[in-house]
Amino acid sequence: MTLLEQFQLWLVNIWPGWAAYIVPGIVGIVIVLGFLLVMVLVFIWYERRLLGRFQVRLGPNRLGPEGIFQPIATAVKILLKEDIIPAKSDKVIHWLAPVIVFVPVLMIFAVVPFGQRAILADLNVGIVYVVAISSISAVGIYMAGWASNNKYGLIAALRVVAQVVSYELPVVLAILGVVLMAGSLSMTQIVASQNIPFLILQPLGFVIFFLGTVAEMNRSPFDLLEADSEIVAGYHIEYSGMKFAMFFLGEYGHALAYSCIIATLFLGGWQGPLLPPILWFLIKVMAVFSVIVWMRATLPRLRVDQLMGFAWKGLLPMAVINLFIIAAEVLWLSELTPWLMVAVNFVFAGVLVLLWSKLFTLGGGRVEV
Amino acid sequence: MKFERYGIGIAKGMALTFKHLFRPPITVQYPEEKLVVSRRIRGNELVWLLDRCTGCATCAKSCPQGNIEIVTHLSSENNYVVDKFEVDTGRCMFCGLCVEACPFDALAMGRSYERAQYRRRDVILSKEQLLISDIRQPSGYARPKIEASLPKQSLLIYWDRKEGGQKLSWLGLSKKRGRGV
Repeated sequence: MTLLEQFQLWLVNIWPGWAAYIVPGIVGIVIVLGFLLVMVLVFIWYERRLLGRFQVRLGPNRLGPEGIFQPIATAVKILLKEDIIPAKSDKVIHWLAPVIVFVPVLMIFAVVPFGQRAILADLNVGIVYVVAISSISAVGIYMAGWASNNKYGLIAALRVVAQVVSYELPVVLAILGVVLMAGSLSMTQIVASQNIPFLILQPLGFVIFFLGTVAEMNRSPFDLLEADSEIVAGYHIEYSGMKFAMFFLGEYGHALAYSCIIATLFLGGWQGPLLPPILWFLIKVMAVFSVIVWMRATLPRLRVDQLMGFAWKGLLPMAVINLFIIAAEVLWLSELTPWLMVAVNFVFAGVLVLLWSKLFTLGGGRVEV
Repeated sequence: MKFERYGIGIAKGMALTFKHLFRPPITVQYPEEKLVVSRRIRGNELVWLLDRCTGCATCAKSCPQGNIEIVTHLSSENNYVVDKFEVDTGRCMFCGLCVEACPFDALAMGRSYERAQYRRRDVILSKEQLLISDIRQPSGYARPKIEASLPKQSLLIYWDRKEGGQKLSWLGLSKKRGRGV
């Protein structure tokens, strides 16, 4: 039973039925929304500082201690800006797109377990729900690019559709490996079944899922849809003010959501010794996000054909093979010998990565794709 | 089997950026931290040494812009007394010709460099403003003796500890950092 359900049961005794039904829901939504907004601000600050250190500079450090209030100043600046709508844009869709980008991100948090019972809705199909909801953002981005009546916006929109559709497949196949091993689609069950984190049990699945989600949340090195050097700002080129803030929020919210999902699926979620569950969860989320920032600081942007090739020729076959290996292990290997499974999977991961990296070399390995 | 062909380049790149995390940042937070400037900087317009000046006006003749205005009269001891020594630094291009031309080393380029003024008339410097003072120190430009006495230029706030630099704690807490000068 989740904390909210318990709250609801307690409320039924003192309030009329409809109020006891609505109020816990609203309370939960407000808490999750607050968590999202605060964490997005923290993420923006954290990314800028960490990226600064990776690039041997300081990052924002003026406003407040260590520049912690800089994202708030940025947010206020963005909100005070004029809302410009292009004259020949499709006005309804132009208005609707930021909402459609942001709301699915918020909806992902309904099934993120922050603790053993701290979850908004313990759906028995939690991870399927996440996969279904998170793809809707791509529709919003496509709408934004289309409605802007701008060629850069449209290029970005076409890119994002190709990208998200391509990377959805390896991501879902990697999730299937986790689901097979956990024996459940529910997020709480997946966390509960991780006595050994799935990161160790299926390293290849983790790599595929991690790279796939980084591509899906459109972050560097897969940030083709807002490639500054090619298409200026991509789909939000014609957006300013509050609407741009929604895109910004959606983007970082997406990063936060997927960091949460990765922490839940592969790093053991809220489980951990000594510290309270919520703290463990946040530590894992920040660790995942740090690696994403690290990748952003290091790797150059992929070309469009490289991006597609990486999804279809690299991640997808590897994900299929990974799924077969996991299925065979779940079927034939005893659950009592997990470390045998770990060893087998690490060997398979190494061999597959080596084999497939061979596939991505051109010109005798001198020019690499 | 060459490992360069197996994606090892990405791992190398990641390792390199990770090392950068532990390098002190090269940022100089200007108003609080200042670098030591070059010893031969042609900085703050001119520094005038009153007791050496004979009022010969060689500097005024050498100035390509004609910025230096010098008015003298003959004193009872048969030497020139400078009445007016004005430099219109708004037109000065810091060529240093006046400093090189001075036969008595009475002029030098300055070491400080914060010369912005709010009013245009303030950039015309009078005799009193050009005098040497705490904030108006001569640089080593065309003055080797002064140059030898000046501290060496620093390009980073955090430099080698052996040369008297300071080490940065990892998260580089901004306000506590020392000053370069």
